[in-house]
Amino acid sequence: MEATINSCKLCAPLGASLAYLGMEGTIPLLHGSQGCATYIRRYLISHFREPVDIASSNFSESTAVFGGQSNLLTALANLKRQYNPELIGIASTCLSETIGDDVAGYLNGFDEVPTVNVSTPSYQGGHEPAFWKTGAKVLEKFAQKNTTIEQINLFPGMVSTEDIRYLKEIFFEMGIKAVLFPDYSERLDGESWSSHQKLPKGGTTVEEIRGSGSSELSVEFCTVWQDTPGNALSSACEVTNMRMALPIGINLTDAFFNTLKRPVPEKYLSERGRLVDAYMDNHKYIFEKKAILYGDQELVIGLASFLSEIGIIPVVVASGSKSGNLEEQIKSVISFGQDQVMVKEGIDFDQLTRLAEQFKPDLLIGSSKGYHIARELQVPLIRVGFPIHDRIGGQRTLHLGYRGTQALFDRIVNAILEKNQELSPVGYSYM
Amino acid sequence: MINILEQRKKQIYKKGEKHFDMKCETTSLAGSVSQRACVFCGSRVVLYPIADALHLVHGPIGCAVYTWDIRGALSSGPELHRNSFSTDLNEIDVIYGGEKKLLSTLIELIERYQPKAAFVYATCIAGLIGDDVSSICKKVAGLTRIPVIPVQSEGFKGTKKDGYAAACHALFSLIGTSGNEQKVPFSINILGDFNLAGETWIIKEYYARIGINVVATMTGDGRIDDIRGANRAELNVVQCSGSMTTLAKLMQEKFQIPFIKVSYFGIEDMSEALYSVVRHFDNREIMEKTTKLVSSEIERIMPTIADYRRKLSGKNAAVYVGGAFKAFSLIKSLRHLGMNVVVAGSQTGNNDDYTLLKDLSDEGTIIVDDTNPLELSKFIQEKKVDILIGGVKERPIAYKLGLGFCDHNHERKIALAGYEGMLNFAKEVYSTIMSPVWQFRVSREGTEDI
Repeated sequence: MEATINSCKLCAPLGASLAYLGMEGTIPLLHGSQGCATYIRRYLISHFREPVDIASSNFSESTAVFGGQSNLLTALANLKRQYNPELIGIASTCLSETIGDDVAGYLNGFDEVPTVNVSTPSYQGGHEPAFWKTGAKVLEKFAQKNTTIEQINLFPGMVSTEDIRYLKEIFFEMGIKAVLFPDYSERLDGESWSSHQKLPKGGTTVEEIRGSGSSELSVEFCTVWQDTPGNALSSACEVTNMRMALPIGINLTDAFFNTLKRPVPEKYLSERGRLVDAYMDNHKYIFEKKAILYGDQELVIGLASFLSEIGIIPVVVASGSKSGNLEEQIKSVISFGQDQVMVKEGIDFDQLTRLAEQFKPDLLIGSSKGYHIARELQVPLIRVGFPIHDRIGGQRTLHLGYRGTQALFDRIVNAILEKNQELSPVGYSYM
Repeated sequence: MINILEQRKKQIYKKGEKHFDMKCETTSLAGSVSQRACVFCGSRVVLYPIADALHLVHGPIGCAVYTWDIRGALSSGPELHRNSFSTDLNEIDVIYGGEKKLLSTLIELIERYQPKAAFVYATCIAGLIGDDVSSICKKVAGLTRIPVIPVQSEGFKGTKKDGYAAACHALFSLIGTSGNEQKVPFSINILGDFNLAGETWIIKEYYARIGINVVATMTGDGRIDDIRGANRAELNVVQCSGSMTTLAKLMQEKFQIPFIKVSYFGIEDMSEALYSVVRHFDNREIMEKTTKLVSSEIERIMPTIADYRRKLSGKNAAVYVGGAFKAFSLIKSLRHLGMNVVVAGSQTGNNDDYTLLKDLSDEGTIIVDDTNPLELSKFIQEKKVDILIGGVKERPIAYKLGLGFCDHNHERKIALAGYEGMLNFAKEVYSTIMSPVWQFRVSREGTEDI
């Protein structure tokens, strides 16, 4: 099929906007049509259930003919007046890219507010590479090399707000000074307001980004994309970049803690211990169950490793994005059931539906957007990643570390148990 | 401190101020965080509910993916409209043109799904790279023998309203192509109802009860064959006039079908809608049935409404919706519940709409065109609002400040039209305002000078 039917990827400016929202005091500005900003806002709001302000330079027909310089400058001035942001994060769109707008050139001489800009036409890549690339642009712009200090940079990727909070807690407990970027854990999952906040608090500060060039190490939960903050910083400031898979499951979480080269606090050792105990108590319920896994590449890699270590076979691992590296990475993190795994990049939900009909999985793991497949096949859907539009608390889903794995493990086993119970003619309330 | 930008001041009016000259129907300010979308969005929302058509979005993936199955527009049969079809243009296509891809995509999709017609939405990129969408459509129509209709909805070529107009022209190209010109007696077309949560069905049932025949619904639970035969109706009944008046005018010109504007929201407007249709046909039997229907429906719902009214009396509401007509109905409905509308606005109202809105409003009510989150927050705090009525982008603004909210946008899953809908609406308003959770509200009670 040449058509894309029910896409499994989103467009590039969404990834850029989300990355910018992880910077303190930053307002994203999409240089293009109004619809781009509005659709992306609606999409993000439905997941995070928070106000998401993304500005647009609001192209008109004459802008498309004569170029977007004046709209861009007007937009910057208006944003300065209305929001007084610390940073304006500009991302281009298909429209401004296709007419050849030179955003960097237009910004020349504009110094009222610091700006970063990234090229993110929707026809190039998608939300995933754009998210990473935007992070790289921010670091290229602000990071400075100084005497190395005892500090670690962490670039976790497009993880949940609860994942970010958990990672920050780990660093705090281990006494490690860390720069975590981007950090939208407060801005996109904040408290009730006492009054309107134009730019809700929270996020990585420009100061922290500046200092990230002096860190002893960068850890980046990214294995398939190249244009990333860790790589940018490694080139610009020679900070060693440890690239690794998202720490989901025991194997990958162990690897993450090992990278930090500090003693693991008792708190996390006991989380690990309880998780091992849970694996052993419940292994039979899930042995050789078949799962279809779909979503962002880094997320499915972490999840595939986890499923494989508990005896579930990820018969299909699929992503709407295309990095060209997914299969290799999947094969490198899983052992159990490796010969039964099919890896698909650039997939849409139409193709995934047909694979699901063919493989008849016991469960689906991915975003809300696979719900219609789960409904058709009467298979439980474990909602993870982004977007979760049909449940509350999607933004707070914890996936990472021993604690996140425990939560996922319980949800998966219980989904299988619930299905069995529903289908049982007896209906035991005891097992 | 929230400043209103100088350029925005003419799009805001406070009832009671002497000079009224609302600036509207303009493009949004660069750098604003508008609640509006684009031309494409306007076309897409209008045509979306046509369930047996293929809707192909020609462009890079964004426009298609964000509009996948997002409306609450129900179908009683086929559900092809709930899919998102895209040519998903990539960089190579942008450089060398997307016509070939569009052609092969259309042919393969039409073969696979056998739709009754296809709509092809031209997005920003299709326009910029110069793809001749019309001639590809013509070619495919010839090959597949179904109508293949280009929708010129490049995002930057105007506002959402221009998108409505493009959708109307697309619909118009179908009407009168069924080969049957015989008028149906006592018949209407329903324009501008989108069958959100089954609202078209509610309205159709009322018409059936009073003996009015519905030829085509545009576009709620819409079918291509019905639309092609829409010229057989004697009257067009237009709700959501912002989107559908263009079509009604085109049909009046070509098929001499007169039109009336109505709203199905709230008790008065629903009743007035039925009566104005009946007045057009001037038939005693229909009038009697209508009077009976209206009084029995009102009798049925009034006791419950009165219960809600006792509890909601004196509460303040803010209304910010897409079209101005919806705002009028909401103001009247809220008055039925004993409530005050202290902020009212729309994304796309015109000058006449705002004059009407002003006349309908109480002293001190703030009227806004194309507002943004900053202004909206300012006004709802300033005016001590208890509930905001709007869409998904407005919802978090209300909740963050600890205020109630009611969704009156195209994503809603609860029917709000008709008498039944008025009951649902009252319940929605009641269940948000009366919730005990607001006891934990941390925002200051609306301060006067924010």
